[in-house]
Amino acid sequence: MTPGFIARDRDWHPPALHTPYKTSVPRSPRLAPLSFGTSRSEETGPVFGHDMLGPLDNDMILNFAAPGEMAIGPRIVVQGRVMDETGRGVAGALVEVWQANAGGRYRHKKEGYLAPLDPNFGGCGRVISGPDGHYEFRTVQPGPYPWPNGPNDWRPAHIHFSVFGHSFAQRLITQMYFEGDPMIWNCPIVGSIPSRDAVERLIATLDMAQTIPMDARAYRFDIVLRGRRQTHFENRKEGG
Amino acid sequence: MADLGYRKESPSQTAGPYVHIGCTPNFSGMAMYGGTDLGSTMITGPVQGTQITLTGSVIDGTGTVLRDAMVEIWQADAVGRFAGHADADPHFTGWGRSPGDMDTGAFRFDTVKPGRVAWPDGRLQAPHITVWIVARGINLGLHTRAYFEDEEAANATDPILSRIEHRGRVPTLIAQKTAPATYRFDIRLQGDGETIFFDI
Repeated sequence: MTPGFIARDRDWHPPALHTPYKTSVPRSPRLAPLSFGTSRSEETGPVFGHDMLGPLDNDMILNFAAPGEMAIGPRIVVQGRVMDETGRGVAGALVEVWQANAGGRYRHKKEGYLAPLDPNFGGCGRVISGPDGHYEFRTVQPGPYPWPNGPNDWRPAHIHFSVFGHSFAQRLITQMYFEGDPMIWNCPIVGSIPSRDAVERLIATLDMAQTIPMDARAYRFDIVLRGRRQTHFENRKEGG
Repeated sequence: MADLGYRKESPSQTAGPYVHIGCTPNFSGMAMYGGTDLGSTMITGPVQGTQITLTGSVIDGTGTVLRDAMVEIWQADAVGRFAGHADADPHFTGWGRSPGDMDTGAFRFDTVKPGRVAWPDGRLQAPHITVWIVARGINLGLHTRAYFEDEEAANATDPILSRIEHRGRVPTLIAQKTAPATYRFDIRLQGDGETIFFDI
């Protein structure tokens, strides 16, 4: 028997409706969500083993490239820790990432931006965190790009993250931005996050100490998932 | 208030229009990860229990079906155990992920009818599937549950279904049996028949 999860702070996350992000208008629930404590249905979740990973899964410079070729763009390593709200590392967390190429173009049939595809860049990767929650992947820094929302909206450079913890209640999708990018503060999607403090949790920091000389800069991006309560005095039936 | 040392959860951002690149790249036309998208197969061998298909659409406030959503489900095996438990069905993963049909957007899961799972106080919940929806325009992934039309007695005593104040909304959580072993569960994001979403 394990205690339940710390309640999610819904004032910290973006609200469902943020009118400057136009697609949220018809896709946002208008009624209040139903609150209840978690049960095993939410406290358990799928487990992903390191054996499912291929050797290049976390290397977007090479994982779509022809033999002997590499993706074009500023070479970076993104690394950090997956942890929970109590600060403990989350081991075995599957992190899936996707992004535009260095010119700001996604490899997707619905993508209409005139920037060209890079034949050696697919734009997706994945990694599973180690025993202390550490993860890393290599990629090229994505470019900013315009998108159809307002008449002149641009996304800041970003990498999408899908993260699994140990339970379905921890499931999270978010985006990582880059330190110093002025586009961050003009973006209606970033602007859906209510506080500047919260936005800053999504901005990766340039880490010169981890930067590989003559090769790739390093960015640090820690991810925090929901944590479990730790008291044993739970209002639960034993074995329930 | 004193600082107790907790960290804040990373704030959510929308999955955006290209979630399929990252989570179902093979569906997106990229040969990745050995050619198989994660979560595309839930039944991996001679599984226990009744095999079923769960399908449905995610529908916005204008009545338009989403074609860029991703739906994930998590559920117990036929006897109510979750994958990871020592006695769980070894031929059932419990977790599925659907990018939706390329043309219609409809999601589909080939799975088993789940067994009953205990509520924390020991009561049994009615058979249900935990559902999570992300898409462009959804700022925080939406949790809900699919229960089953043909589990009337269990539904009547389910700890969640039985405490919903607005009884007229309960049917939004019930998958309808449309053919033998086939259930339909439409998810309405907004407006008439808005699905009950959970703050869990």
